[in-house]
Amino acid sequence: MYILNRWQRHWVNNTWMIISLLVVATLPFFLFLGLYLKSFLLLHDYHLGHLLFGKIWKPGIGQFGFFPFIVGSIWVTLLAMVISAPICLLAAIYVTQYSKTHLLRIMHPAIDILAGIPSVVYGLWGILVIVPFISRYLGPLFGVTTVGYSILAAALVLSIMIVPFILNILIEIFRAIPVELKEASLALGATEWQSIKQVMVKKALPGIIAAFGFGLARAFGETMAVLMVVGNVVELPKSVFDPGYTLPALIANNYGEMLSIPKYDSALMFAALILLVVSLFFNLIMHFFIIRYNRY
Amino acid sequence: MTDNKKIQISDLNVFAGKFQILKNINIELPENKITVILGPSGCGKTTLLKCMNRLTDLYPELKVTGDIRISGNNILAAREDIYKLRQNMGLLSQRPYPLPMTIYNNIAYGLKLRGVKKRREIHKLVVHYLQQANLWEEVRTRLREPASRLSIGQQQRLCLARGLAVSPGIILADEPTSALDPISSQYIEQKFLELKNDYTIVLVTHVLRQARRIADYVVFMYLGEVIEQGDVHEVFENPKMEKTKLYLGGTFN
Repeated sequence: MYILNRWQRHWVNNTWMIISLLVVATLPFFLFLGLYLKSFLLLHDYHLGHLLFGKIWKPGIGQFGFFPFIVGSIWVTLLAMVISAPICLLAAIYVTQYSKTHLLRIMHPAIDILAGIPSVVYGLWGILVIVPFISRYLGPLFGVTTVGYSILAAALVLSIMIVPFILNILIEIFRAIPVELKEASLALGATEWQSIKQVMVKKALPGIIAAFGFGLARAFGETMAVLMVVGNVVELPKSVFDPGYTLPALIANNYGEMLSIPKYDSALMFAALILLVVSLFFNLIMHFFIIRYNRY
Repeated sequence: MTDNKKIQISDLNVFAGKFQILKNINIELPENKITVILGPSGCGKTTLLKCMNRLTDLYPELKVTGDIRISGNNILAAREDIYKLRQNMGLLSQRPYPLPMTIYNNIAYGLKLRGVKKRREIHKLVVHYLQQANLWEEVRTRLREPASRLSIGQQQRLCLARGLAVSPGIILADEPTSALDPISSQYIEQKFLELKNDYTIVLVTHVLRQARRIADYVVFMYLGEVIEQGDVHEVFENPKMEKTKLYLGGTFN
């Protein structure tokens, strides 16, 4: 009946599964390799340190300093996380530990809607609301004159964009902790807040770190919304009210244009390579912390 | 009987929406004895236990009415300090839930809540309670390890030590041996027999043999009602109610 006997069929099936696995597992490696080969032209001619820490970006005269973009990206990402992380954590604790269950049922669709809004819409909203808000109120409040297009504007827009992703994971993590654990702590005479702080959060810690890491990676790679409000000025920002430029924005703004400039194409590939390496780095650190705190 | 009544429950009703979980519970539990609450699953045993240390507060959908007097104080009165109240009761649940900390800190957590501050004092008491729960010899070299690395039987004894560490007068145990192997179960039962000199123990179980082995006083519940209560010998050898007879005979519907 069969063309192949049982062992041959077994072998074929196994081989296909292994190939599928390999495709998935080696994809990042090929991505890395492709980007590396494409940016080789640049890496060959310039010192890596000069590329990463060079402050001058003048492709026309062959000056490729990526430092302003790297600093811009880090500023925007970290600021967004600093704003977003505590809000998400407190919201998740409230929804899962204090509020009645039907609040969660209302929250879930609301969070999902936030997650589904295209980033260009967030960007537009940033231009219409956040940018004027910063130039008219927040800037003067701190005694700064600013047009509003700034690191802070990008961070604020980003911090809202990543809320649904972080919050959804956090809620699932807190819901997965058995209520008996909290009861055990309460039964010892702890208050609700003591139990949450010292038992629930501790139990959830690996998951909380994973959620934050996920949010961080998303914020770091976000292109469109940031590009629309960050100002796109190649300079080292001195404060959060200064405009900046991020790595994804650099690629998105310039790829396909001005490629007649020598090595420009290669430089953009190098920017992509930095993005990839930094994401991998975030991932590694995250896993390190998850393993470290997963002991309990 | 001349026993002191440690816990007196009168006209206790618990509603979850329209459904009534506990119906007009009237029981009196003797001091320094083991009271076993018997009954098939879903008859409200656990809810009754949770009423006693007001863990029912966690579930806003539950409505509790009636009186629970512990040494004379009605603990359902809103003014009662529920943190003090809960410290007066050690809780042992069906499965051990060690806190996400080291073995040492699992005990120290309760001690700190009780107000013990000096490190030396804490250390002394941690050792003391681990010894009380027959766990000290097994964990003396691994006090700084996470509690989750212990076997499940050891974890349950750790939970017992943790419960004793807040120096309660009462131990509430909700089928504490249902997840354990026979040897660990025996440990716990043995411990209860020793502890009853100093503590009032309330044990929920559906294991008849366990009840017969260690109970002094038995409360039999069915569908949220107390069917029969009394001395262990009376209830087991001379049950008055038809349902009790059937349940003890193992021929319950």
